[in-house]
Parts: sequence; structure tokens; C-alpha cells
Amino acid sequence: MDIHLNQLSMVFDNTTAVQEMTTTIKDGELVSLLGPSGCGKSTTLMLLSGLYKPTSGSIHFGDQDVTKLDAEKRGIGMVFQSYALYPHLSVLKNIMFPLRMKKVPKKEAEARAKEMAELVQIGHLLDRKPGQLSGGQQQRVAIARALVKKPNVLLLDEPLSNLDARLRLEMREEIRRIQQEIGITAIFVTHDQEEALSISDRVMLMKDGIIQQESAPQNMYKKPENEFVASFLGNPPINLMTLTKTHESTVYRLADSKEIIQLPALPPEDMETVRLGIRAEDLFHTTENPLFQGEIIHIETIGRDTLIRMQVGSITVRALVDPEQQLQIGDAYSLGVRPGNVHYFHSESGKRLPLQMRGGNWHAKTNVEEHA
Amino acid sequence: MQKPTWKSTLKGYLYLLPALLILVVFSIYPIIKSFLMSFYTDYDFFSDTVNAYGLENFTKLFQDPNFITALKNTGIFVIGVVPLSIIISLAIAVLLNSKIKLSGFFRTIYFLPFVTSVVAVAIVWSWIFHSDYGLLNYILGLFGVDPIDWLTSPTYAMPALIILSIWKGLGFNIIIFLAGLQNIGNQYYLAAKVDGASAWNRFKSITLPLLSPTMFFVSIISIINAFKVFDEIFALFNGRPGPANSALTVVYYVYQKFYEEWEFGLATAAAFVLFLIIFLFTIIQLIVGKKFVHYN
Repeated sequence: MDIHLNQLSMVFDNTTAVQEMTTTIKDGELVSLLGPSGCGKSTTLMLLSGLYKPTSGSIHFGDQDVTKLDAEKRGIGMVFQSYALYPHLSVLKNIMFPLRMKKVPKKEAEARAKEMAELVQIGHLLDRKPGQLSGGQQQRVAIARALVKKPNVLLLDEPLSNLDARLRLEMREEIRRIQQEIGITAIFVTHDQEEALSISDRVMLMKDGIIQQESAPQNMYKKPENEFVASFLGNPPINLMTLTKTHESTVYRLADSKEIIQLPALPPEDMETVRLGIRAEDLFHTTENPLFQGEIIHIETIGRDTLIRMQVGSITVRALVDPEQQLQIGDAYSLGVRPGNVHYFHSESGKRLPLQMRGGNWHAKTNVEEHA
Repeated sequence: MQKPTWKSTLKGYLYLLPALLILVVFSIYPIIKSFLMSFYTDYDFFSDTVNAYGLENFTKLFQDPNFITALKNTGIFVIGVVPLSIIISLAIAVLLNSKIKLSGFFRTIYFLPFVTSVVAVAIVWSWIFHSDYGLLNYILGLFGVDPIDWLTSPTYAMPALIILSIWKGLGFNIIIFLAGLQNIGNQYYLAAKVDGASAWNRFKSITLPLLSPTMFFVSIISIINAFKVFDEIFALFNGRPGPANSALTVVYYVYQKFYEEWEFGLATAAAFVLFLIIFLFTIIQLIVGKKFVHYN
């Protein structure tokens, strides 16, 4: 069953939480709604659940218009951030609750609840009360309760944010496993990009109630459609700077400084100023035709990575470099980038701009460097 | 926490002393004294000398038809007031807790009876209950009900008292229920909605169980208060226990014996019996409560 959102808007008093959202979520897909807090991702989920009713627009589950249908009747399963397990009921009764509401006979409800408990691996905890469970176990109960009535859609509202780091990793794989085992359409709200990128089939990145980009996780990371997407994704954050064209049409300098930049790929010719984005891991050390030259002002080693910050004119550039190198603060250093890893954005609208490759000669050189 | 030392203990007791003094003088001592008094069988209150102790007061008590009437009336009163009062105040609390306009205003309105003097309330109600000019009979008249002698007929005196007491107690119960309702996280209702629970099912499966500690508290307080009913009777029936003793309750009986007939032994014995009854009910409630009350 596909889910269609059509021109969906939600206005609270004076703030627009969701603005004319139109998209389709395909059957069996796991879609992440990602974005900073206040971007409207949770509101979107509440609209899908029926707990909120939209100001305008429509929601279709398959062919059925559910826009005005109450949450009780939508046949959805939902996992809340706080799990919202009924504290007075045992685990088994919590999982049975949706079935009891559907007037499923007690015997059958119990059997189905137990089966679901096995699927989420809490079969041994059935008699406990939620208060006696750990965060991860509560999470599993919440998932079982959401799935036991065989809903059309599973909605997850920041389900991992109350768990500690290691458990979060485990549970997100669990959610993916369970989702694929049942083949249910799932929508997952998170502010954690790693979560979104790691488990979803498709990511919708939202800001100010508008979907900025929806695409497969890798695609979103590799080809951000605008500057916001580029800056939101990635850790360490992408290097962003403004470039201004010099009197020579293929030579650009950093805005606010005289620093000339040797670009391996150029923005469209008619742009006077343009925003340049390069991810820290796409920069590498080179002495031939370097893009940036400057002085290392900061070195940080985290696990297998070494992150440096380099002063280039008036800006600093972050780069992940080979940890084998012996670097010191104050060293002169130079960095290059492959032409395909350069992102240009419109200086006002932030939209992604197409690249212009330089002549073959330039290419050859960088390729040599790449293999050196 | 530090270990208590002699010095800190003494200091603590010093702080407790003022309240403790008042409690001992006006509560603890009278309780003990009246308990002892119930065993005085030959007592000269002019010289405060007790000539004989015994259980005679208790046997006399249960032979007194008035005391039996008082017990019966008290029972009817408790059964008539407590469940209805709890149900009505819970219903109003649920309504006030939902998002309605002017809910603060309504909260004040419902709380007013609780803080108003019983005498003033009783005067207003004795007018409402008036058989010829009363508001209640007027409204009943609209539905074709003949005028009822609320305050002068032995049949209707108790119902009138029950109505007044329910109304009077609503405010307190509503405030307590509201506090309890506000303690129930909204997420449970959202989850229950998603789980397909109708409004009634949400009330039954979420509100009631999660409100059970409050319910428990309110029911214990209500039952104790109902057993102790006195002022309302005194004010509503102008210092009489209703027509033909129809609103004579145990506390009223105690009052009659003590202040009107100077039968101190009988009065304190009746008070002690009432204490035992309330104690028994509270114990039963504690046992039943353990099974049904859910604490987080």
C-alpha cells in the first residue's frame, strides 16, 4: 500500500509546521524523515498517524482518503519516543492491548502477542511491568505493540533517542531487521543523520516544513541538492565558502581575501559569486596544483581519523588526512580535491549548480595524483 | 544523610514541639480520655470521680433503639453519598480536564461549596428544599412531579441530606481528581488512540487504572468524612436530627448523649464504636486497594 501526501500543510496558530508537502511513500519502504528540531518532521508523522488533522491537503493510504479519519481507525502502528507503554499492564497485556481493542478473542490475542514478542526477542519478559524493563527492552515491547495488529504502516517517532549509544546501534539494526522480516511500510523520524542514512531506503530531509531533498541515503550525501542538505549531512561538517570570479573568467578567489583558488572543476560561467562545498574526507594532501595552501592550526585524532583545520586566507578548512603523517600545528600544508567531489551552490538560492570539468590535461594530472 | 546524633535529634524534637503540644492537648489526650470514659459505669462529673468501670455502656448502647437507628442512618448516608459523589466528581473532573474554555472559572465555581460555611450552605439549601417555595420542587414540578416535603417528611429528609452532602463534597474531590488526571501523561492517550481505543475504552483502560491511587485516596477520605457527618444535619434541620430521628447519625447521637443528656459514658462508647467501624472499613479498603491500585 503506497502512501500519498498531497499539498499537505499544517499551521499551528501562526507557525507553519508543514508546508504544502507532496510526496509518495512506496509499499514496503523504510523512509526516514530527517531534519533539525522544529523542521516539521514530527508533525508530519503526527499527521500520518491521524493524531493531528492537517490544515489543508490530503493523505491517501493506497486508494483510501484517510485525511479526515481518526487515529483509532487508520490501522497504523506507532512507536513513540517515550515508548508510552501502559505502566499498569504487563508486557503481554501491553502487546495484547491493540488486539483487545479490535475485539480479537482473548486466546487468539494472546497467541498473536506471544508470537510478536518472540519476533522482537522479549518472549522471556512477558509477565514484567514496563517499569521493570531496560530502555532497549521497552523499545522492543513498543515495537511489538505497534506491529501486533498487523498495521498498514509503522510510524516511529525518534524511537532511538532515549537509548545509550551502543544500544542505539543495536536497536536500529533490529528495527531494520524486523521491518524487512514483515515487509511493512515504515516511516522513521529522527534528527540523527547517521541513523537515517544507515537504515533507510530513502531519506527525506526537511527544513522549515519543506522537504529539501528526498533520495537514497548515499545519493543525498554524494549529491546534495542544496546548500542546506550539504551542510546538514556529514560529520565533520562540509567546508563551505564563497568564491568570487576574478577578471580572468576561469580563476576564482575566496571572497573577502585575495587568495586564488585552483579549482579542478568550475561553476557555470555566468556566476560572479558562488558557494563552494567540499567534504573534509574528499580533501587529500598534494603538492601539485593544490586547491588550498595554508598553515595547520588544529589537529585532532579521533580513533582511526585525523582531522586537521587549516587556515586558508580568511577561512579555515577541515580535512581528514592520513593518520600516518607526522603533522604539527604550524606546519605549512596543501590540499587537493578530485573534480567530482566539488559541489557548487547558488550564492542566493543555495541550489546545486552543475559542474564544468576543466580540460583533459587537468584531469590527467589529478588522476596521477590520485594513484600516487 | 548524616547519622542522627543526640544533639541533632534534640534539635529536631524542638522543632516538632509546638505542633506536637497542640496535637497532644487537643487530640491525643481527648482520644485517650474518651476511650477510658466509655468504660465509666458510675461517674460523678461534679467531682470528677469514677466509682466503677465496666462494659455496661456498650451493652446499653446496643439496646438503645436510637443508636441502632443512628447506625442504620449512617450506613444509608455513606452508601448514598460516597459512590455518587465519587462518580459525579470524577465525571466533572474529566470534563474540566479536557480542553474547554473558562476551565479555571469552572474550577473555582465547583470548589466554592467546599470553602463556604456549612451554615450558609444549609440556609440556602433549606430554601431550595422548601416544600412550597423551593427551587427543587419547582423544577420537579416542571416534569410533573408533585411537591415533596424534603425537610419535614421522614422519608425524604435523608435523601435531602445526601443531596446536600454530595454537592458540598464535590469541590474537594474534583480538585483532587483533577490533580490526578493531570499526572497522567498525554502519551498514553496518544498511544491508546493509535492502538484503536475508543474514548470510552481510553477512559476505562488508561484513565481509571492510572487514576487508581487518587481514587483510593478520595474514597478513603470520603468514607471517613461520610461516617463523621454532623454539621450538615445540625444546620439543615435547625439543630434537630431530622423529622422523627430520620437523619440521626452516629456522630449526632454522640452529640445528643454528650451535650444534651450528659451521658458521657454512653456518648464515648458510641464514639468508640464509630471509630472501630471506620477503622474496619479503612482496613478493608487498604486490602482491596493493594490488589487494584497501581503505583508507578
